[in-house]
Amino acid sequence: MTTFDVNKTPKKYALSLQMDLSKFEKATDEEKKQQDVMSESTTFFKDGMRKLFKNPLAVASIIVLAFIIATIVVAPHIVPYSYEEILSVEGKRDKGAKNLRPFEYSKAEQAYIEKGNFRFPHIFGTDEQCRDYFIRVIYGTRVSLVVGFFASLIVLLIGIIYGSISGYAGGKVDLIMMRIVDIIYSLPDMLVIILLSVVLSNVLQFKPDSFLAGMGSNMISLFIVFGLLYWVGMARLIRAQILSIKENEYILAARSIGAKPGHIIRKHIIPNCLSVIIISTALQIPSAIFTESYLSFVGLGVQAPMPSLGSLANSARGGLQSYPYKLVFPALMICLIVLSLNLLGDGLRDAFDPKLNK
Amino acid sequence: MWKYILKRILLALFTVFLICVITFALMNAIPGGPFNKEKALSEATIASLNARYNLDKPLYVQFFMYMKNLLHGDFGVSLKNGREIKGIISESFPVSCRLGLSAVIVALILGTIFGSLAALMRNKWPDRLIIFFSTLFTAVPSFVLATLLLLVFSIKLGWIPVWSAENTNYLLPVIALAAYPMAYTTRLAKTSMLDALSQDYIRTAKAKGVSKYKVIFKHALRNSLLPIITYAGPEIAYIITGSMVVETVFTVGGIGSKFVSAISNRDYTMIMATTIFLATLMVFANVICDLLYKVVDPRIKYE
Repeated sequence: MTTFDVNKTPKKYALSLQMDLSKFEKATDEEKKQQDVMSESTTFFKDGMRKLFKNPLAVASIIVLAFIIATIVVAPHIVPYSYEEILSVEGKRDKGAKNLRPFEYSKAEQAYIEKGNFRFPHIFGTDEQCRDYFIRVIYGTRVSLVVGFFASLIVLLIGIIYGSISGYAGGKVDLIMMRIVDIIYSLPDMLVIILLSVVLSNVLQFKPDSFLAGMGSNMISLFIVFGLLYWVGMARLIRAQILSIKENEYILAARSIGAKPGHIIRKHIIPNCLSVIIISTALQIPSAIFTESYLSFVGLGVQAPMPSLGSLANSARGGLQSYPYKLVFPALMICLIVLSLNLLGDGLRDAFDPKLNK
Repeated sequence: MWKYILKRILLALFTVFLICVITFALMNAIPGGPFNKEKALSEATIASLNARYNLDKPLYVQFFMYMKNLLHGDFGVSLKNGREIKGIISESFPVSCRLGLSAVIVALILGTIFGSLAALMRNKWPDRLIIFFSTLFTAVPSFVLATLLLLVFSIKLGWIPVWSAENTNYLLPVIALAAYPMAYTTRLAKTSMLDALSQDYIRTAKAKGVSKYKVIFKHALRNSLLPIITYAGPEIAYIITGSMVVETVFTVGGIGSKFVSAISNRDYTMIMATTIFLATLMVFANVICDLLYKVVDPRIKYE
């Protein structure tokens, strides 16, 4: 019996029902090896994630970010002070606790400790209003990260919706929408943000104890301005992607079956833009944090007493000669966060950008 | 080509007009006029003050009069100290101009040099060192760097005296202002230089026997300058906004620090005038950079 060879199958005549029995021989080892899986099939995401985790800088930044997030979640439960609480010993306001160095105790606190009680150490010292500095830096980091995240989310949503409508519709609608984008793009954003913050802080009045009042009108104006101004970059990117994807044949096929435009955009186009979306969002977050800390430095950030890293750096300017540590801690925190987010964004771009595939 | 230039300039003028409208509308949206703040004035006094400053006329008339004054160069009077804003701007702008221009030039030149060096010596130690520092400096906000420099060099070490009327040392403010653009330009220059070096015409030039320096300076460098010129527009915008904090930190009496103090004093006429002035600068810098880019690269089609 010969082994089955597809080229040598004997054919009597075309309609013969005769089987070639050599097809039923057991497979040799060589033939079995053809069925081996060379490499696992992966999806786009798994492939990208794998490349990301091979990048040491990106992994390091993920670890640093995870550590920072863990700290700001856990620390308020461990440290017994609050960010607005003026330090008091046994119920009495402690006037001598101004501007303590890290791990130093005021006289009243030392007397308290000598009596045998435990006083949680001031890891970063205190500020000029007798508040614990460590917890203020932690809350400032919280504010910065939350603002960065939500501002990027707003930018993402508005940018995607606007860009996809403009890109998919084409023609006159596209032309008008892009003119609007051009005009908004040429406005100097920082100046408009400053103006809007100044105005909105006077105009917006919230009910005193509501959640919005806690954030302060400056925060709200920051989000409003991000919603008004910063989405144009994302919209342009999405529109460019859509313009190139629109020419593909599967879009034509979907349209000819009768799929509605919204369905096509949601199911086909957006998943293909996902890499561009992820990368630009990851690079938008540190830029939002920069803007927020810049505004806080100028005095237009979150309302006192809620701290922000920028306003902490600003108030540290006053006592710079005597208390340099008050500047170092918030500055270090900003740099660390922005650096890790930047490195993470770079790593994501190297991992997910199909044009850079080796 | 002239049609494109005209269109661009018209768009810029329209943007400046739009900014004036927005600024005027926002400043007038603040409740309470400028005279309600200090002492309680009688009705008649308020009425006559309003008439004197044309505040009783409808808004579009006020806007029209404001624009007319602007075109004559009259920015109004500062609410805080009563001085003419034109005078304040004309004495503080030259300082900022010197600071800003030095920062732009330093950032562009040093950034291009470092980026090209990094591209030419790829994967050797100069490349790694340059990339390390440029990544670091893109993460440091300008106000942090400014305060740190002030702390270390002026206060602790005393090497550079603090800014005052007699001693105007531009070194530290320029470093603080130029750090981020220089780092960004370095990365940009490296990428575009690498791109240019891998092109076919470089291979041709080398095969023809052109000297190494000519290849780098005449062919590769010129082609890699384009993305840097594109970045010059946003860079100028960054320098203008960055100068606000740097001037405040180093107590340089420039227009940026005047803007910041106007914000904290709620000096609305000053805020308005400075915003319009700075915004006009930014818009026209962008237009010039755009036009320059189209001039330098003949491959770009005019829309």
